[in-house]
Amino acid sequence: MALTIKPGESYGFFTDTSICIGCKACEVACKEWNQLEGNDPKFLADSYDNTGQLDDQNWRHVKFIDDVPAKAVDAGNGTAWLMMSDVCKHCKHASCMDVCPTGAIIRTEFDTVFIQQDVCNGCRNCIAACPYSVIAMNSKTGTAHKCTLCYDRLQGGLQPACAKACPTQSITFGPLAELQQAADVRLAALHAQGISQAELYGRDATVYGGLNAFFLLMDKPEKYGLPNADNAGLPDRNNIGGYLAALVTGVLAVVAGLVAFRRRGES
Amino acid sequence: MIFAAAEHFVRAPQWTWYILFYFFFAGLAGGAYVLATILRVAGDPRDEPAARLGFYLSLPATLICPILLTADLGASWSRFWHMLVDVTPGDTGLNFKYWSPMSVGVWALLVFGFFVAVSALDTWARDRGGRPGGLLPGAIGRAFNIVGAIFGLLIASYTGVLLSVSNQPVWSDTWTLGGLFLASGLSGAAAAITLLVRYRPGAAYTLERLRLADAYFSILELVLLVAFFLTVIVAGTAGRTVPWLPLWIIALIGIGASMMGIRQPTRVQASGQSAAMAPVAMEATIVSILVLLAVLAMRAAVIFSAQ
Repeated sequence: MALTIKPGESYGFFTDTSICIGCKACEVACKEWNQLEGNDPKFLADSYDNTGQLDDQNWRHVKFIDDVPAKAVDAGNGTAWLMMSDVCKHCKHASCMDVCPTGAIIRTEFDTVFIQQDVCNGCRNCIAACPYSVIAMNSKTGTAHKCTLCYDRLQGGLQPACAKACPTQSITFGPLAELQQAADVRLAALHAQGISQAELYGRDATVYGGLNAFFLLMDKPEKYGLPNADNAGLPDRNNIGGYLAALVTGVLAVVAGLVAFRRRGES
Repeated sequence: MIFAAAEHFVRAPQWTWYILFYFFFAGLAGGAYVLATILRVAGDPRDEPAARLGFYLSLPATLICPILLTADLGASWSRFWHMLVDVTPGDTGLNFKYWSPMSVGVWALLVFGFFVAVSALDTWARDRGGRPGGLLPGAIGRAFNIVGAIFGLLIASYTGVLLSVSNQPVWSDTWTLGGLFLASGLSGAAAAITLLVRYRPGAAYTLERLRLADAYFSILELVLLVAFFLTVIVAGTAGRTVPWLPLWIIALIGIGASMMGIRQPTRVQASGQSAAMAPVAMEATIVSILVLLAVLAMRAAVIFSAQ
């Protein structure tokens, strides 16, 4: 099925964790296309998840959440590990864009969040802000790196490398509205099968105004290391409280200074 | 509840030594300018030598700030100006985002730098340049100082707000950091001016008053420090501050030493040079050093608690 990718439309990923098999093809395809060297191999020794995290070299990361109790649901049906191909969420209200002082982080014509490498100066404010620990510094360029949602491929009319490589279609790419419809259908099917714990994350506006890369999860968001709707706040929420405290302190301090330094009659 | 975001999955930005010292010098620079302005505008004519020390101090303390900030950038130092000018192709223009404290701070530092440089030059003209009235005499000069002092207050405080405007544990769980950094910056500036009095004996008249002001600022700082711990305890992230206990203790020692100035104000006679002054000067020196260590330790404890 040919997909025509048009500037001006919203695109994204729908990552359905219920059918992720943890093969890491997405990680490999991403590194291949984006020419990411990868970090030195590490054996984390507590899981098959040896990638560990999203960072400047890992723009897709298959999270293995394998602390699930090993009890059978019924004969032949064990409880599965949770696997989730994590990625930059391309938030509608992006914390990284919120704080970026250089204007390096932009929304592209495909409604994705992109860090312009020739504008970024490596201040790392976006790293402090991203609630998903997506962005990291690249030691060679000294700039912030993350998933570009294959901006260059989209401009060439190609879908992102990870979605193309995913063998189970756990990762699907497309116009956001279509993805959201497909996700609703999938969620209804799972609920009909009695899998009531399945939920969509970032499908609606409850986290960061909605995520262009949203997920179907098989457990609570916190279990996957994702902030839930109560915890998802933009950094700028703290401006008013912070400046107000500074203002009150400033007024009191100036009054204190005037009291201490006021002219006195004595010699 | 705005600050109840207790679950954090963020990566630390690795703002470490350069940023710590930037916060330190920004506090001193802003604080020194504010104190100098209050001394000149509201103080006794005999406070003028101390006011000049404050204006002089704010110059090197401000000049070092952009150097530290530029050194901390991951990319080449030559991209520092990207903070001011958006170089996005097809969308170039000035960068100013009032909702991003880093953007606010860059502009504030630029404007404050102008005020600091002019005031230092003005002070030099009064001292050595043969112009007792300075470059900006009378009401114009005072108005100039007051506007500069407002930027001084911003420079000394915005760094705390910058930390809070993030999604980092501890930092984003409290509203106190802007006020806390300001109170401690002012306290540190009073201590630094006190230390500089030895190079300008004419400023000794103000020692007692600096000590009193320092004590007031330290009371403010203590109140904010209590509020800081309460907010992070409520958010459930107080545990991250515990490994830095030695730094918090150093901070509290400085605050305590400074607060004693309320009960035992330094008695300095106008003669200033007598042998009786030596122990007083010694005490003021020790307290000032403790206060400056506290200013640094408190910022280090806050910065490292999240990382």
